[in-house]
Amino acid sequence: MISKRRRVLKAAWGAGLGWLMHQAAMAQAEPRNARPQEGDRFVFAGGDRKGVIVTPGDLPLGGPQIIAFPQDPRSAIVRDGSRLNQVLLIRFEAAELAEATRSRAPQGIVAYSAVCTHAGCDEWAWRSEQKMLKCPCHDSEFDPKDGARVSSGPAPRRLAALPLKVEDGVVMAAGGFVGRVGFQSV
Amino acid sequence: MIANTLLTAAACVIGFFSWTSAAQSLDRYSAVTDDRLLNPEPQNWLMYRGTYNGFGYSPLDKINTQNVKKLAPVWSFSTGMLEGHQAPPIVNNGVMFVTTPNGQVLALDAKNGDLLWRYVRELPEDVIQAHPTNRGVALFEDKVYVATVDAHLAALDAKTGKVVWDVAVDDYKKAYYLTLAPLVAKGKVMVGTSGGEFGIRGYVAAFDARTGKEVWKTYTIPGPGEPGNETWAGDTWKTGGASVWITGHYDPQLNLTYWGTGNGGPWPADMHPGDSLYTSSVVALDADTGKLKGYHQYHWNDNWDWDEVSAPLLIDVQRDGRTIKSLVHPGRNGYLWLLERRADGIKFVDAKPFVKQNVFTSIDPKTGRPSYDAEKIVSSGKSVTFCPSQWGGKDWPPAAYNPRTRLLYVPAHENLCATLQGESKTPSYEPGKRYTGINANATKLLVAPGADHIGELQAWDLNSGKKVWTYNYKYMNWGPVLTTGGALVFAGGSNDRYFRAFDARTGRVLWQFRTNSGVTGVPSSYAVDGVQYIAVQSGWGVDAQKMQGRLDSFMGTKTHVPQGGVVWVFAVRE
Repeated sequence: MISKRRRVLKAAWGAGLGWLMHQAAMAQAEPRNARPQEGDRFVFAGGDRKGVIVTPGDLPLGGPQIIAFPQDPRSAIVRDGSRLNQVLLIRFEAAELAEATRSRAPQGIVAYSAVCTHAGCDEWAWRSEQKMLKCPCHDSEFDPKDGARVSSGPAPRRLAALPLKVEDGVVMAAGGFVGRVGFQSV
Repeated sequence: MIANTLLTAAACVIGFFSWTSAAQSLDRYSAVTDDRLLNPEPQNWLMYRGTYNGFGYSPLDKINTQNVKKLAPVWSFSTGMLEGHQAPPIVNNGVMFVTTPNGQVLALDAKNGDLLWRYVRELPEDVIQAHPTNRGVALFEDKVYVATVDAHLAALDAKTGKVVWDVAVDDYKKAYYLTLAPLVAKGKVMVGTSGGEFGIRGYVAAFDARTGKEVWKTYTIPGPGEPGNETWAGDTWKTGGASVWITGHYDPQLNLTYWGTGNGGPWPADMHPGDSLYTSSVVALDADTGKLKGYHQYHWNDNWDWDEVSAPLLIDVQRDGRTIKSLVHPGRNGYLWLLERRADGIKFVDAKPFVKQNVFTSIDPKTGRPSYDAEKIVSSGKSVTFCPSQWGGKDWPPAAYNPRTRLLYVPAHENLCATLQGESKTPSYEPGKRYTGINANATKLLVAPGADHIGELQAWDLNSGKKVWTYNYKYMNWGPVLTTGGALVFAGGSNDRYFRAFDARTGRVLWQFRTNSGVTGVPSSYAVDGVQYIAVQSGWGVDAQKMQGRLDSFMGTKTHVPQGGVVWVFAVRE
């Protein structure tokens, strides 16, 4: 009796989960909601230059970061439908970067998800001496020179990385996010 | 509507029926009426602080100063959740309801810990959890109410956990979110909104307990044409904060609910010039209409992040031969406030510091309005060090009052100061984005030179206005307080994972138990079949964790307090 009930519950739970995943996939299929894709360029997410395309020259050497949204180059649609699409862009001397980080960082430019893996905040302070990203919500710090690994604070894992390329003077995504974007809510 | 359907579908109820005591405890589930909320039976803990007056007091006395040393765990339950477990176990005739971070609700057999049902909420993937916690349910009739971090209010069937209704209180994408236990009075479910760090405009809203329909909504920042709006410059009132983080208290005679409000934003003084009503205040709202019937602003134009989040306790205090129907508030600003509650408003009585405070230079004896040291004002581009820190003399963990000992028990932080620096200019507001105006790199937590402790549990005699005893903790104290008819005080709050029982009259530790994690949960007490239990959640996180991190930065230490929530239930085995 109990096991049958559990089987039914399990099936219902599974069906519900499947439906939700379908909904999530549908939502992401919308170009505005979709995560960055290969060939996407970037536009400033806010501030005076909101919507302007980011070039390598816009990124000060050695930081701080800028926050950008990806943009589909064909339709010019900015993928600002989800705050999980926000990307941190920072430019370093290539020699400052760890080897694995350097391999996806043309001209020393790195890109990471701008959503903290701890509790999902997306505002960032720049620690210029250490060249570290700090989330002001709960003080997690990440090292963007080394794959955005957690250097201190409560964040459980590094920020998802986004491989880049530079074509015709424009910074572009060379693929999708490497690693999970967002945080573990349940 | 679509969002509602999605979210309702995204919630999952897992039922567990062992056909034994679990089913029996649900069978005997008794409806929670207005009368029961007004006069809860001693064996039950029906709301956030047990009673409408906010005492955090259980009259049960089977566990007392004589036998508490024999207190031992009788069952525990792992929630499977990380982060801050702050909700009290709320108990109605043998059925316990506990919430966890992420808005989950557990219904447990209060006697043996059997899981009766579990409400699992699947949160939107883009929600921000600036305060990953939930502070408990409210009960009314046959329903259980939970307010969620995605800014919804849900009513669950108390016997099954199934969603009866689920309404969006606000838009979580604009960083409105709910962390408090709702307050139920006269058939209305009242909640307030968090989000003060994100440029929200705070409010308290009431919903019909049976249907979920909004009945009233009162902003804690008055709009144009309303008294108090003139204390804001230009449009700053639209994004000025004044969050309502914590459950209000209720005076049934006056039919008034009392709520604490958060600070103004962005934080620096010149970014929200003026008194900024009703930030860092207590507001009195009519339970039927939400109409503002009075307020007292503890401090004007806050710029130290001193949210006055806790609602004041409704205590009868003797002064000069008369009984004052009072509002007692140990403030984040480090002062212990005594106010008089009346049908026509709130009157200041007195205030005195309960920790070292170096911002106020005086308090007006008639109005209670403080004057400030101009050197301690945080403003654009200016870095200021002040005491107590932005977590204040007392943060959200509730104080308790014991009508037998006539003492107020205050979880406090002494010897902590902070440095805050305003950004050079007011940030531009973007919905859902942080909006504090503070240079995060310049923020520091400092320990006062020569300090030998930080956390305190203080006991105050309000009639004499004197502190009776203090228990010192080497590091922080984030422990909500329970006091009982057995002349005991229970609290955790320290980073050493202990949950302690104190002699309520002397402050002596009579018992302690080392739990899985740091205890920042609100403790409660109840009885089933004549046996008294003490219950609390252990699960470190949120501000306690953040303070620990900053303390470690200051001291050059690295302290590990394990996470993961567990409900603990203790009893004396005869």
